[in-house]
Amino acid sequence: MTDTSLATPRRRFRFDRNASAILLIAAVLIYLGLVLALGQTRFLTLENVIAILTRSITLGITAIGQTFAILVASIDLSVASVISAAAVVTSVVMNGNPAMMLPAIAAVLVMGAVIGLINGLVIARLEVNPLIATLGMSLIIQGILSYFYNNFAGNVPAEFQVFAYGTIGVVPYSLIFMFALAGLAWFVLRFTRFGSDIYSVGGNQDAARLAGIKTVRVVVGAHILCSLCAAIAGIYLASRLRSGAPWIGAEGVYDLESIAVVVIGGTVLAGGRGGVWGTMAGVIIFSLIDSIFNVAGVDAFVKQVLRGIIIVAAVAFYAARSQRPVA
Amino acid sequence: MSGTPVIEMRNITKSFPGVKALRGVSFACGRGEVHALCGENGAGKSTLIKILSGVYKPNEGEVLIDGNVQHFTHPQHALLAGISVIYQEFSLLPERTVAQNLFLGREPRKNGLIDNRAMVEETRRVLGLFGVRHKIEPDTLVADLDVASQQMVEIAKAISLNAKVIVMDEPTAALNESECEVLFSLVDQLRASGTAIIYITHRMREVTRLADRVTVIKDGEATASFDHVPAPEVIVRAMVGRDIAEFYPEPAKPEDIGRTVLKVEKGSNYALREIDLELRAGEIVGFAGLQGAGRTALAMAIFGAVPFTGGAITFDGRSRTFSNPRDAIRAGIGMLSGDRKASGLVLMQSVRDNGMLTSRSFANAVGSAAANQFVDQAGMTALLDEMRVKAPSYDQEMRFLSGGNQQKAIVARWLALKPKLLIFIEPTRGIDVDAKASIYHLMRDLARAGTAVMMVSSDLPEILGASDRILVMREGTIVGEFDRSASEADLMLAATGEVEGAAA
Repeated sequence: MTDTSLATPRRRFRFDRNASAILLIAAVLIYLGLVLALGQTRFLTLENVIAILTRSITLGITAIGQTFAILVASIDLSVASVISAAAVVTSVVMNGNPAMMLPAIAAVLVMGAVIGLINGLVIARLEVNPLIATLGMSLIIQGILSYFYNNFAGNVPAEFQVFAYGTIGVVPYSLIFMFALAGLAWFVLRFTRFGSDIYSVGGNQDAARLAGIKTVRVVVGAHILCSLCAAIAGIYLASRLRSGAPWIGAEGVYDLESIAVVVIGGTVLAGGRGGVWGTMAGVIIFSLIDSIFNVAGVDAFVKQVLRGIIIVAAVAFYAARSQRPVA
Repeated sequence: MSGTPVIEMRNITKSFPGVKALRGVSFACGRGEVHALCGENGAGKSTLIKILSGVYKPNEGEVLIDGNVQHFTHPQHALLAGISVIYQEFSLLPERTVAQNLFLGREPRKNGLIDNRAMVEETRRVLGLFGVRHKIEPDTLVADLDVASQQMVEIAKAISLNAKVIVMDEPTAALNESECEVLFSLVDQLRASGTAIIYITHRMREVTRLADRVTVIKDGEATASFDHVPAPEVIVRAMVGRDIAEFYPEPAKPEDIGRTVLKVEKGSNYALREIDLELRAGEIVGFAGLQGAGRTALAMAIFGAVPFTGGAITFDGRSRTFSNPRDAIRAGIGMLSGDRKASGLVLMQSVRDNGMLTSRSFANAVGSAAANQFVDQAGMTALLDEMRVKAPSYDQEMRFLSGGNQQKAIVARWLALKPKLLIFIEPTRGIDVDAKASIYHLMRDLARAGTAVMMVSSDLPEILGASDRILVMREGTIVGEFDRSASEADLMLAATGEVEGAAA
């Protein structure tokens, strides 16, 4: 009997799996085209490329954590408040004293982990919708923070500003740190059972449960990582601004923007598919868009409108492309 | 059988709101034994398995493994106790590879990290048991496999666990003849190596071929148990327990069948190709086929939910295109979805509100009289009475009704709009056996009143018993047409592509 072409896998090019790379290339080409058309070749130096990347470190670190939350089919809207809280705690605890650097960092990380733990437990154990759970958490953190502080409080010692301003050659430590953190996240997702469980629970919570995975732990774990990343982003922001204020997270719109770059990076909002390098591509795309606006001299408010349009258009585009109707 | 059975279930009772799914069922299976569990759809087999695997907790009774009472509260406990289940609904993750799915939740580790090489090698070994004709690469994404291969992966997953007990819940639902043979020889191998196998099916051929013992479940009770495999007729009688003739209503007489209501020519979309069909007033047309053959896609296309992208539709004598359900409903098409809870009902609303759902959305000050008639409470109450929907009150929330009564309420929703074509998808799935007959009679009454009825079903006895004409689908197109005198074997052969039926 001849071979009945039963199980020959159909490997076809899937646009939705490569979209973040395509968008990244498109953004680079638009940037290059614009710079060349305007004859502004000074924007093409290595320093400028690094400057473009460095602008997005807070967003990048936050988005690495958000990738975990979204992969597990959850979401975290409390990251902006966690960033503010982390920045304020960092600068208040340090208060210019280099000896308090480590205690401050430890305190902020513990705070981040506890917030993530609570988020995760409320979502996985009490089965509260993640949007509501983390939005509520965000209000709680913001309320406590605003009760005690209303502007920049404390300051970080010069030794600590090295985190944001120190460089090896022309490359800032913080940029290396962000990519190292992304590498670590990739490693966890790719090579550990926890990483595998995140994809499984995000892909189909029932199937994961039937396969014997403790789904609650996985969701909680993802949220702890998400809040930890936001806390680290807050520490970085305190180092860069030399102090922390209760509104810096909200002002940076890190909640929405971190979700946007994760989605633009190809991670599906419904969970179970995507990865951290896509998120990094998303972050770079966002930085490039910003730079394109700067080079083109777009007004600040118009820029905001355009960013909003781009976020919604990108997500809609993905939704339309990755639609697979049930047979 | 001697000694303690590997697995034993004693006096299991389980109820859900509105349905008593199991009543005092006892059941045992020993080492190296294939115990067939037979029963019609909705008899309670799947519930029994979910109790065995720790998904549900029984209201009464106990599960014993090697003579020890178990208390499963998480599927993991059942897995650790050595029970592995191949579920009827796939529990695979489409976006992960075959190897990753095989080792879901129990990935092999080396130095604390996932050992990908070991995973791929073990996957290749287990898949090798299926023979080379079903070559599945361990690093393929499950989404890229066809349905039969996915079922093979599901089976491989259970085998690779080296479980003491393997439960197979209708494992051949998506397989063709030669794939079935592969599965059967695997079952033989497992039996020889001492695994206890609980094999759920309602196909007599598989029972005769595989089983050592047989237990029949009917209406949630173990009605018969055989220590050897009896003649198929004996099992069927125990399963059905009533005269087939009165279970299904009389078929249509030639004079009942009227004009053509729907005609599709060369219909196609992403899942369908070359669809040519005609549905006539007064007849019930059954659509048979394997999972993924395109039957649901066809229903969705006719109903405008996932429209045709090519071809022509003539409905009620006029050329039409339905690009969304609202267009189709307005023209006179209704559909009862296969998954009532997910896409048929608003469970938290009252029975009456569910009945009025569609007519309300079509009624307005200048709306059609037909729609407006049932927007008032009295009109809908009369219609629900006519359907004989059993509820303490029509103000009762829908979720408290039994499956059969929920289905009748959805039928009432469509009748309010006086449809010319009504599409039923898996009309009796999850419905008590007693209520099934009333659904069949309801469908027949609709046909007699001049409605064209399209019925998509995976239940072959139902297809043969309730239809006037049967169309078999495979790989997105119609491959055969039969009348109700056909046998289950005829339909299966056409559905799996081994022999094509008489051309349509």
